[in-house]
Amino acid sequence: MTPTQPNVPVPPSSSKDDPGLLIAAAAQIDEIESAGPTWWQVIWSSKKARFGVILLAVYVLVAIFAPFIAPYRADNLSFGPVEPTSAAHLFGTTTQGADILSQLIWGTRVSLIVGMFGGLFATVVALVIGLVSGYLEGTWVDDVLSFFMNVALVVPALPLIIALMAYSEVRSIWFTILIIGIISWAGPARGKRAQIITLRNRDFVTAAKFAGDNTLTIIFREILPQMTSLVAAGFFGAATGAIGAEAGLSFLGLGNTESVSWGTMLYQAQLQGALAQGLWIWLLLPGLVLSGLVMALTLINFGIDLISNPHLREDA
Amino acid sequence: MRYFVRRIGYFLLTLWAAVTLNFLIPRLQPGDPAEMMVKKLAGKDALLDPAKVQAMRIMLGAPQGNLFTQYIAYIKQLLRGDLGVSYNYFPTPVTQVIMKALPWTLTLVGVTMLLSFVVGIVLGALAAWKRNSMFDSIVTLGSTFIGTLQAFWIALLLVFAFGYTLGWFPTSGGYDASQPGLNFAFLGDAVYHSILPATVLMLLTPIGWILGMRNNMIMNLGEDYIRLAKAKGVPDKQVALRYAARNALLPSITGLAMALGGILGGQLLIEQTFDYPGLGRIMAQAAMGKDYPLLQAILLFTIVATLLANLIADMLYGILDPRARKASS
Repeated sequence: MTPTQPNVPVPPSSSKDDPGLLIAAAAQIDEIESAGPTWWQVIWSSKKARFGVILLAVYVLVAIFAPFIAPYRADNLSFGPVEPTSAAHLFGTTTQGADILSQLIWGTRVSLIVGMFGGLFATVVALVIGLVSGYLEGTWVDDVLSFFMNVALVVPALPLIIALMAYSEVRSIWFTILIIGIISWAGPARGKRAQIITLRNRDFVTAAKFAGDNTLTIIFREILPQMTSLVAAGFFGAATGAIGAEAGLSFLGLGNTESVSWGTMLYQAQLQGALAQGLWIWLLLPGLVLSGLVMALTLINFGIDLISNPHLREDA
Repeated sequence: MRYFVRRIGYFLLTLWAAVTLNFLIPRLQPGDPAEMMVKKLAGKDALLDPAKVQAMRIMLGAPQGNLFTQYIAYIKQLLRGDLGVSYNYFPTPVTQVIMKALPWTLTLVGVTMLLSFVVGIVLGALAAWKRNSMFDSIVTLGSTFIGTLQAFWIALLLVFAFGYTLGWFPTSGGYDASQPGLNFAFLGDAVYHSILPATVLMLLTPIGWILGMRNNMIMNLGEDYIRLAKAKGVPDKQVALRYAARNALLPSITGLAMALGGILGGQLLIEQTFDYPGLGRIMAQAAMGKDYPLLQAILLFTIVATLLANLIADMLYGILDPRARKASS
């Protein structure tokens, strides 16, 4: 706590009756807000978040340019089994004769796609359900939606995902994304519901109501922009969860069967006895790059927290 | 009182929804379990004999009739405690398979969860009390860093290092003795086998408690009653323990109740990595071997356990915090 007063001018209470003064005060507040740092400046000002952004950028570049960076295709099994590190195979080959480096590079695509679309899917569902139920708090619509949220929250996620995956015959990456998204919307939805309940009685919402805007316009055009950082944090959180879930599913042998991911690499490593044969590179690297990606997303979320909670900025 | 009645009513409603969900999931998918079982026994290329399939259907107790009569039959079966027969361990009832695995999971995950709760609460409270100190940054940064690692990967690395390379610990399974029994040799063997999986759990599970307790404690330390206590001249240690920590503990206690419900399904990946004979591994194998009755039963067990734990957590909260009771009535 610093003894200095905040320098936001507080208009005297009598000014509420004077429209001219109100407009002046509003203009002043606008000025103060626009003088503050932009969201990008806030994120970039934090060392942790900056590192996260750079790290994520590296992963994205590797995923985009995988065909040019990777020496071979991930499903090319034509090399000798368990070749040691050499110029042709930087990290050696697997017992099935695949190049480990190439599998790592191509696997980046799977994790990023799952993270991006899984996160997006969960965020959109959470937004729609959370916002609608929060705005209509106390009505039967809210009761029904809240009930679904609570059921989805208490049902244990991983066992349910595994059960759903076990029933499916098709194992594409999009099916994995769909399942992960269906399971993980409830937590963020409840957060957004709580947030909109605090926002919906603010003056700007009342003003929009008097202006005759309909409910959906108010929710998505007026209230939604006020909670951008919360939505962004929810997206990165859901993306992180989706990436971890995909890796876990693939490690169990329940992932997609079409493309090589870091999880399937670890599944194969365990299945083919990499542990007993001392093939430590094959075990170490997939988990390491996976942790790096999760770390990048976690660090970025630190930065987003700084936007929504300015109190945190002081010790950053 | 109204608070508790409402909670119980809510529990029953959620329970019904979960049971219905469990009924619907397998029926949303194509494929006939009886056909699959015949294929499994006869080999993939064998022609399907309709009579055999029908016999198998009856033997497995597979559903017949329309969705509604199936639903009624399903509820009746549940009330009798009859969850069907496992395909993989045919013809053992799934409840028997589950009961055999349950003690393993309960001891391994239960013991480590209670331990990690205590460790996490103490570390989190200390970190909050010494906020922005060296200790605080080590604890928070350390937890965040370890939190980004995947549990099954740490498990793989530990098995590799301490199991295969150094040979200090067994690499898989829950025991060596051919016949489990209640004697010291077997118990010692079981503990020896559980050290590596328990280490992984003890590395990862305290993180949530640490960060949660730290946040709650920091929030409580900013409250007026703390300032008042300090102004009154209450010793620091007493303010930290008797005032702040006591209140900050509240959400964590209900969190613990909920987490205990999640024990059953919680550590599936780790049990699978260590080939530990618990529920998680049985479920993973049921999923891979398409043992649907077993899969469904374990899912139902986990859901019911979580719901019960939630109910207990709500009740606890109502008893511990009068504000919760007032807010909802």
